[in-house]
Amino acid sequence: MRGEPLAVVWFQAAGCTGCSVSLMNAAYPDIKDLLLDEIVPGKSITLVFHATLMGPTGRPALEVLDRAPGKAAGDYLLVVEGAIPTRHPNFGRVGERPMAERAVELARGAVGVVAVGTCASYGGIPAGAPNPTGCVGIGELLRREGGAVPVVNVPGCPPHPRWFVETVAHLLLHGPPRPEELDGAGRLRAVYPDLVHDNCPRRADFDVGRFAPGFGDEGCLYELGCKGPYTDANCPYHGWNGGVNWCIKAGHPCIGCCEPEFPDYPSPLFRKATAQEAEASYRRSG
Amino acid sequence: MRTVSIDPITRIEGHLRVEIQVEDGVIVGARCSGALYRGLEEILRGRHPLDAQRITTRICGVCPLAHSTAASLCLDDALGVEPPRNGQLLRNLIYGANFLHNHILHFYHLALPDYLPARALPGALSPGTDEDRRFSAAEAERLAGHYLAALDMRRKAQELVALFGGKMPHDMSIVPGGVTHRPAPGDVAAFRFRLKEIAGFIEGTYIPDLLLVAERYHDYFELGKVGKLLTFGCFPLDGDRLFPAGAVLDGGPEPLDPGEIREGFSRSWYAGEGPRPPWEEEAVPDPDKATAYSWIKAPRYRGEACEVGPAARATLALAHGPPQFREIAGELLGEAKATPEQLGSAMGRHLARGIEALFLARAMEGWLADLDPSAPVATSVTVPDEARGQGLTDAPRGALGHWVEIAGGVIARYQVIAPTTWNASPRDERDVPGPIERALEGTRVAGDGLLEAGRIVRSFDPCLACAIQ
Ligand code: SF4
Ligand code: SF4
Repeated sequence: MRGEPLAVVWFQAAGCTGCSVSLMNAAYPDIKDLLLDEIVPGKSITLVFHATLMGPTGRPALEVLDRAPGKAAGDYLLVVEGAIPTRHPNFGRVGERPMAERAVELARGAVGVVAVGTCASYGGIPAGAPNPTGCVGIGELLRREGGAVPVVNVPGCPPHPRWFVETVAHLLLHGPPRPEELDGAGRLRAVYPDLVHDNCPRRADFDVGRFAPGFGDEGCLYELGCKGPYTDANCPYHGWNGGVNWCIKAGHPCIGCCEPEFPDYPSPLFRKATAQEAEASYRRSG
Repeated sequence: MRTVSIDPITRIEGHLRVEIQVEDGVIVGARCSGALYRGLEEILRGRHPLDAQRITTRICGVCPLAHSTAASLCLDDALGVEPPRNGQLLRNLIYGANFLHNHILHFYHLALPDYLPARALPGALSPGTDEDRRFSAAEAERLAGHYLAALDMRRKAQELVALFGGKMPHDMSIVPGGVTHRPAPGDVAAFRFRLKEIAGFIEGTYIPDLLLVAERYHDYFELGKVGKLLTFGCFPLDGDRLFPAGAVLDGGPEPLDPGEIREGFSRSWYAGEGPRPPWEEEAVPDPDKATAYSWIKAPRYRGEACEVGPAARATLALAHGPPQFREIAGELLGEAKATPEQLGSAMGRHLARGIEALFLARAMEGWLADLDPSAPVATSVTVPDEARGQGLTDAPRGALGHWVEIAGGVIARYQVIAPTTWNASPRDERDVPGPIERALEGTRVAGDGLLEAGRIVRSFDPCLACAIQ
């Protein structure tokens, strides 16, 4: 019982395209499968707009974006990559119009919104203090504009491709998530289940206080600034890039890249977190 | 005269708008406008200097290693450290893998649809126009198949980066003083076999496809020329760089003098004009500035608007680079029936990338063989209260510079001038057009210019997230 594929409009705002590149790194299903095949039995997506990958350019490309919101509601899923500048209309434009205006219009016509990456979810890097352009995530922008479109966040700088695929599979199978399926930061609990620290292979070192003194040394990376104890992500299970490596395996402290306050709260990135910061972080995530 | 606005320019990184004026079938005027400002240099101010390593990496998701590399060179300089030889080899291997990823992605997924038939690819990936298509049905089908195969190959190239670089995009390994990842013997084997597979694809698929495009569209060796070239060189080892730095202005290749770099913003949305050396720049955003048309600034070298990127690297490496490079370049230029002077053209840039990918994959095999998995990978660092640093490297897209000033133990100023800042720069205070603007002007076009302009602009592989941080 194969239904019509769900159209996807992928809208890029204030970002770096890293989320798109990360999704292209997906394996089982890989990017070809996602574009050409059913993701879960009977359900597939069709990418109708993605500025980095689409064939048409200029006017013919823009028309896809211009036409989308006029379609019957529920016709497409909006994926937002990048934060949205709000301080001045000229800080970000697509097809001559301010990004914020387009993002709101596209979201209002969509069946749902997936915020891919920490920037689209919470503002991320461009919203780092002093947030020169007034960047916000799409969820915050829609709240300000009084929109009632459901937003699911898939944070990460960039997110692991699995997090996106798992979130989309959930939407295709179950529809918009029920409130209890989301955590306090708008992520699917099933996709961001527990702390990096809880499953870290260097945890045994942490427990006995064996800390790496410098880069490239053995031991837990806590003293080098690791934010794994305050970061919800399953990187230790799957690793990155087909499992070949990941931050802590590579000897690099976790920098908390999928947390709502990234990059300000984990900064300085290479300084050991203070007890107060740890406390504040636990309170935030509830 | 007709004005055609191309917005968005798709199949590049980021938000670029190009406006062309067409008169009697010729582009008589062109304007490149960068449409997004994030203010990363402002965001870096006041932070701990080492944060720049991870935050500047996030300027760009396509070539994060370019910024990671420039930031580490810049901080190495400010902190007065040098990585151990093993750390440098690892940096080169990680960065080299990013080059291979970039060139495969650029050729197949960003540029090739400009030459494929309207419906050659699935859904929205198809170019949607049959204008000026020159492949037979069988050739087009084969190229489209390689487009899909290249999706796998670029994924494997990202795994190659991650093996020593932690993860991709946004590496988590390069740091001031070296790298954090100490490779296990198994990593070396995993790297070797992925590299072999990718090198095989470059030699057996990418290069023949590239030569086919170059043959059918040979006229593009005479389109999209700029004439002035600049490169900072890249891949340092044992006091030398694999690709030498230098410039070509009016005569032959000349050595690089970083003191000759100035950045202005008379037609960009920042208060004032510049032009200033990077360490003295004060650019405060002014989104309402009436005379401006871009967020990109206008960097100049000895006052000239220079093209940066693979053509500049190849030209300098032909003059002063290793003999293996000259050999590969000579062979492929011969097969493409092109001259070294034609490297700086719409088709020449593609050829230069192919030459580079082939050469680099072989150089990487050498670096891997040199690696000593038991030797240290990093030198320890301490951050001084006051210091200045400069990090110059080439990125896949061209010359990239980072400049830092540390005061009171934190970043007082951080300045980035990226490849696309050079290539897509607007006019300067003397009204000299930027390189892409110049490459477009004078081009003969068949219709509204969308097709030719798209091909020329993409030959530079623009990255807007880098151009304006
Ligand atoms: S390296 Fe980080 S996440 Fe792992 S045990 Fe140490 S503090 Fe926890
Ligand atoms: S380990 Fe931490 S910094 Fe690395 S990807 Fe996972 S959440 Fe992000």
